Formats: sequence, structure tokens, C-alpha cells
Amino acid sequence: MSANRLLIVTALLVSGAVLCAATGGRGLWSASQLEELQSLSIAALEPLPADPTNRVADDPRAARLGERLFFDQALSANGKVACGTCHQAERDFQDGIALGKGVGTTTRRTMPIAATSRAPFLFWDGRKDSLWAQALGPLESAVEHGGTRTEYARVIAQSYRNEYEELFGALPDLSSVPQFAGPNGDRSEVVEWWALNDQQRDAITGVFVNIGKAIAAYERRIEFGPSRFDRYADAVTTGKSAEGILSNNEIAGLKLFIGKARCTQCHNGPLFTNNEFHNTGVPALPTLPADDGRLTGSAAVLKDEFNCRSRWSDARSNCAELDYLVTNDHTLERAFKVPSLRNVAARAPFMHAGQFATLAEVLDHYNRAPKAVAGHTELTPLRLSRDERRQLEAFLRTLDGPVLVNRERQQKRTR
Amino acid sequence: MAGAVLVIACLTTGCSVATMMLGTGAKRPAITEFGLGPRTSANRLYTATLEPAEALKPRRLQSVRITVVDSSGLPVEGAAMTIGGGMPQHGHGLPTRPRMTRAVAAGTYEIEGVRFNMGGWWEFKVTIATARGEDTVTFNLSL
Repeated sequence: MSANRLLIVTALLVSGAVLCAATGGRGLWSASQLEELQSLSIAALEPLPADPTNRVADDPRAARLGERLFFDQALSANGKVACGTCHQAERDFQDGIALGKGVGTTTRRTMPIAATSRAPFLFWDGRKDSLWAQALGPLESAVEHGGTRTEYARVIAQSYRNEYEELFGALPDLSSVPQFAGPNGDRSEVVEWWALNDQQRDAITGVFVNIGKAIAAYERRIEFGPSRFDRYADAVTTGKSAEGILSNNEIAGLKLFIGKARCTQCHNGPLFTNNEFHNTGVPALPTLPADDGRLTGSAAVLKDEFNCRSRWSDARSNCAELDYLVTNDHTLERAFKVPSLRNVAARAPFMHAGQFATLAEVLDHYNRAPKAVAGHTELTPLRLSRDERRQLEAFLRTLDGPVLVNRERQQKRTR
Repeated sequence: MAGAVLVIACLTTGCSVATMMLGTGAKRPAITEFGLGPRTSANRLYTATLEPAEALKPRRLQSVRITVVDSSGLPVEGAAMTIGGGMPQHGHGLPTRPRMTRAVAAGTYEIEGVRFNMGGWWEFKVTIATARGEDTVTFNLSL
């Protein structure tokens, strides 16, 4: 090619790029790509599904009680840990550190809460099948809240009696119940727990379950608001001007996201997650115990004391997620939950134990697709250039948006 | 210059490489091979048609009815079924374990617990077993 021709080609390429930037929009996308953009927009989010396992899920009184419980440090062994200690409201309900810190240190990254009421399984390994069952786990974890069921029942009796009884009926008599007793506590707490009679244990577990159901009623109102990406997707899919909403780099990143980089294989739908569990070869930290993720989590949810089929659930006969669950399958080994990518840039460090400090490190990992330390990675190398990885990162930052607590949700019948 | 014009056309119309370079190398079948049926089983023992309770959508747990007839078009009753499938281009199976839960009419059965966790080409395989023998119908579905 002569120097002149090269110059002309370059000029044409630049003018083409300028033209793209000027329109910003619809002409850049094929019909199937526009359909995909529409499917990713928050406008495609369906109304919040009912939670028939929690009869107070949509009761505003339960949400108000749950919000107070969520931030109450009295619900912990040392009086210093609330749900909100790790799930910090001003940080999208997470803590920005690799491993959660309650009364001790956990072995996994604190998960954000927004829109998790739409996920069939909770936690990185999906060992819980409802928000209320999930909320009960940390309360009894020795390294998170570290308390016991009888302590928590006493907190309710002392500080929340009226609000509680209005929703759930009379609290049990706790006068002859030990201060520290629970089935998941330390040795003496477990001994004290099993010294109680069946009726006492059931009554106290009932209060414990209702704490979870009230917290869940609050948590299910925490949702994502629209981001710059949504404004762009809505504009291009409805034929409006998308000018200036996204930069050329961000648009190029979006194209990679739904194309060559194959991100939508898992990060699809308006929450940018398929809510499944995948092994992506994320490295194991030598300082942590071996973690096989969903393999253990899928078995655990089936025998969880508080699952959908349990006596504590308000919909025991309607548990399709458990009925058709995949368990004991090699693909589950070291598979972890696919998190939403909404607000991802604000949630470093990344992965289930905070293995990667930056988005660039995450993208480098997906690009290289290293062998899994256990099980088999589902990734194959992407062969993205450094510029392409930067474009992808630029796109991911367009997913920043508000996290909203919808306190106005009307009460609906859930059954 | 033709090359440059093509490049410009691509820049302005977005004729990006929409066909993803996927890992397994499985080739998406022709459009005529897609749909809810009727589809004939591999050894031509059965012909089956799917009827979802509602339009199939990604990420949702759904149920699907299947109607099975034999080679003479008569309803196949008393069949046992196993359900499989996945995304051939991604090398993964179904994210749930769907089951045929009941017969709802002569030759019509309910399959519950079906979920597709992303858009794209899915295979949905129903292995049908009766006294006539066992055979598999493969549906290609585009979510």
C-alpha cells in the first residue's frame, strides 16, 4: 500500500469512528445485539417475585423491624457486630475487604445484598435457599455474630417485644432459659441447648427464624437503580439519541462483553448474573482451608434446618428449586456463585475470597484462563489485547448506579 | 480501496464479529432444525412435540409438556423418560435436573424443573422408554 493510500484509509477509519461517536447508537448494533442489550437493561427486570416461604416478606412492619435488627449490634456475642458491620449500607452493603470480619475472620468475601432476593440460592456456595435462611447463618457463625439462639430471643424480648408480637404473636417465656444456648454454639452452649425440652427449643428456634424473616423483609427491598449503561441501552433499543451517554471505549467494551469476551455466558439478564455456580479457575489462597464451593453447598442446602421444605418454611410443598437441584456432580467442584456485575467497580477486591485486587487483574485472569486448582475451569483463553481489556474495564464502570432501599413497597399477599 | 470501504461500513453499521469464537467448536445447526417439534427420535421410534406452559425464557424455572406418538402416529402411553441436554458450544449441561413428573393425557406428559441459564442454542434431549424400546429426541432451542 502506498503512503497516500494508507493516509486515505486512515482518514476514512478516523471519520468512521467519528461518525460512530456522533450517533453513539443504534446503527452500531445488529438486531440480535440490540435484543441482547435490551435483555441486560434494568428495564427488563421483572417485578420482585413473592417469597411464599416467608409470610411476612412483603409486610412493611416486618421490613421496619428487620431494618432495625439488621443494624443492631446487640445481635452478636461481643455487642459489636451487626449485619450492617460487614454489609455496610454506604458501600452497597459490603465491606470492601477480602475476608469478612465479624467477631473473627471468615474464609470468604462478604457478598453484596442488592437484588439477592431474586436469587434461588444464597452465599458463594448456595447453601441457603431463601434470604431469611441465609440471614440466620452468620448469626450463629462463630466468626461472624458468634451468638446463640437464646441470646437473640432475649434481645427481641428486651428491645423489640411489641413490634415482634404484633407480627408473630406472643414471645415464649424465657425466664427459665439459659443466657447462652444454641445448637451451633461452643460446647457448653450446645450442652445447654440440648438440656432444654423439645417445646422450649422449638419456641426459641421459632423466634430465631422470625428474626431471619424480618431481616429478609428488609433486605428484599434493597435493589439496584439504573446506571449509565441502562440509559444507553434504553436509548439505542428505543431509537432515541444515545449521544454522549457512553464513550467510544465504553461502547467497544460493551461489544466485547456481549461478544468476543463471552461475559454474558454467565453474566446475563438485567442483573448481569445467571444466578448459577461456575468453576472459573479462581486461585485458592494457601492461608485458607480447601473450599469446593457448590459441591458442598448443594448438598448442604438439601439438609439445611431452615430450607424451603423445613418445618420453619411457610411453603413446604412448593420447593421446586430443591426438587430439581443438581447435586453430586463433577461440575460443581470449586464452582462459586456468579455475582451481579452491577456496581462491580465499587466492590474490590474480587472473587469469593477477594483474590484479585483490581478489575484489571480479574480481566487478566479471564483472558489467560488458568487451570483450576480443583475441578475443571469452564474458561478458555480469550486472547484479548491489552486495549480490549481496558475497553472491557471501561464498560464495567458504566454499570455503576445507585443501590436503593424501597421502603414504600406495598404489602401484598404472598400466598 | 474496497477493503477500506468495507472497514468503514463495519465501523458505521456495527457488523461486528457476532458469531462468538467458542471453545468446543460445536456448530450451531441450521435454523430449520430449531423449534418445539414435532421432532423424530434418533432411531425413528417416536415423534415428540414440546408445549411449554409459557414461552421459554432464560433463568426461569419452567415446566414443559411433551406429546409423544409412535411411527404410526398413535399416542405413546406409559413411557418412562429421562431428560438431558445442555449448550454444545459451551460444553455444559442443563443447570437443573428436570424430570417427567406425570402423564396428563394419552401420550402427553409433564416435564418440570426446566431452566436455561443463558440465551443462545440449547439442546433439550428427552430419552423415551417403552416396551417398543428406548430412543432419544433432541430438540434444538434458541433462547
